[in-house]
Amino acid sequence: MDLAEKVLDVVAAVDIVFWPVALDFKRRDVEEMADGAVAAAFVNGAIRTSEQEEMARLLRRKSKLLFAFGSCAHLGGIPGLANLSSRETILECVYGEGARPLAEWRDNGRTVTLPEFYDEVMALNQVVDVDYYIPGCPPTPKIVAQALEALLSGNMPEKGAVLAPDRALCEECPRRDTRPEKLALAGFKRPHEVLADPEQCLLAQGLVCMGPATRGGCEALCVQGNMPCSGCFGPTSRVRDYGGKALSALASMVDSNDAAEIERILQSVPDPTGTLYRYSLPSSLLRRKRAEVSHA
Amino acid sequence: MPETYEPRIVAFFCNWCTYLAADLAGTSRMKYAPNIRVIRLMCSGRVDPQFVLDAFAAGADGVLIGGCHPGDCHYQEGNYKTLRRFHLLKRVLLDMGIEEDRFRLEWISASEGDKVRTVVNDMVAKVRALGPLRRATPSTAVHEEVAAL
Repeated sequence: MDLAEKVLDVVAAVDIVFWPVALDFKRRDVEEMADGAVAAAFVNGAIRTSEQEEMARLLRRKSKLLFAFGSCAHLGGIPGLANLSSRETILECVYGEGARPLAEWRDNGRTVTLPEFYDEVMALNQVVDVDYYIPGCPPTPKIVAQALEALLSGNMPEKGAVLAPDRALCEECPRRDTRPEKLALAGFKRPHEVLADPEQCLLAQGLVCMGPATRGGCEALCVQGNMPCSGCFGPTSRVRDYGGKALSALASMVDSNDAAEIERILQSVPDPTGTLYRYSLPSSLLRRKRAEVSHA
Repeated sequence: MPETYEPRIVAFFCNWCTYLAADLAGTSRMKYAPNIRVIRLMCSGRVDPQFVLDAFAAGADGVLIGGCHPGDCHYQEGNYKTLRRFHLLKRVLLDMGIEEDRFRLEWISASEGDKVRTVVNDMVAKVRALGPLRRATPSTAVHEEVAAL
């Protein structure tokens, strides 16, 4: 958690019973607790292996409230882009032709196994029931602090809420007033191709900024650093498929009515799927690349 | 491929042109493949890419969008917006393993009942040749196993 010294206030207010990256608790410690004994669990990361799923289910069982913490748990995150490749393709790429890790090893009467590597990456709520979502890659200190304050004061919104404002990032962007009423672009640029003006709307400069489709609450930190929004806070509550909505916003800005010219302008977005679904492929409507199916 | 395979194609037709053309095809007693399920929208520009994604996710084998010819849009530029989105969405669908022939955009004016017939028949034939979309649903067996631990 990115709270800096504020984390001391948190420690003073609660008992931390499990924190694998910072404190030496073991999984056994959690297993030994009574079901529902933990007030709140913050779970980060997407689910790809059986071990991750076991942990998610264990924490769900032991906790009254389960928070999906960060883009991976919330929407599948960047690791979710692995859903553009099949499990076999990934194993082939990592281990090479025909070679595969030994999934099970017996020695002196003991059996050691590797976790199962699933067919696809899943967001946390595709495996267990999730109470609240803290968005962001990473969640910003302000968003985390607000979530903790709400939790400690018992002032939580309706179950299933994303704990960030339900409005598009453009609304809170410091460059909002420089955004033209109608955006018409003759081409899209990537950040390394242009020296961006630090005052003007990045979309107006031709940069692919996901602000119009992305939930606000981050205070436009990337834009303040002169980088376009890449969409880590995900969609607002009215949107079912983030990439679909972002696609709609982006394509509408193309300044041409001619099919060939439109095609040419859109070629300046080299990887539309990776751009539009950078953090959300597993939670999209299609979830993953269609598996090769035999028509036999 | 099972012999019973009949492609299911979701067709989004705009109220002012293509839907009227389909109506004309009907009143003119033209026969065309019965594989499309028509959804009437006020404008092809109303076709949110999410509708198309949702159709494929729900099991459609193809999606057809029909709108007014360029310059003829009742709302002036709705069909141009559709055209722009179509080109980008097509690339996303290809990345997701959905072939080009399964997603089609056609301009069909209210008087072109015959074009409805030609386009639908042609698309049904192509999607039939591609076979069912059959997006594999992930097996739940492994998750039930883990849940039981």
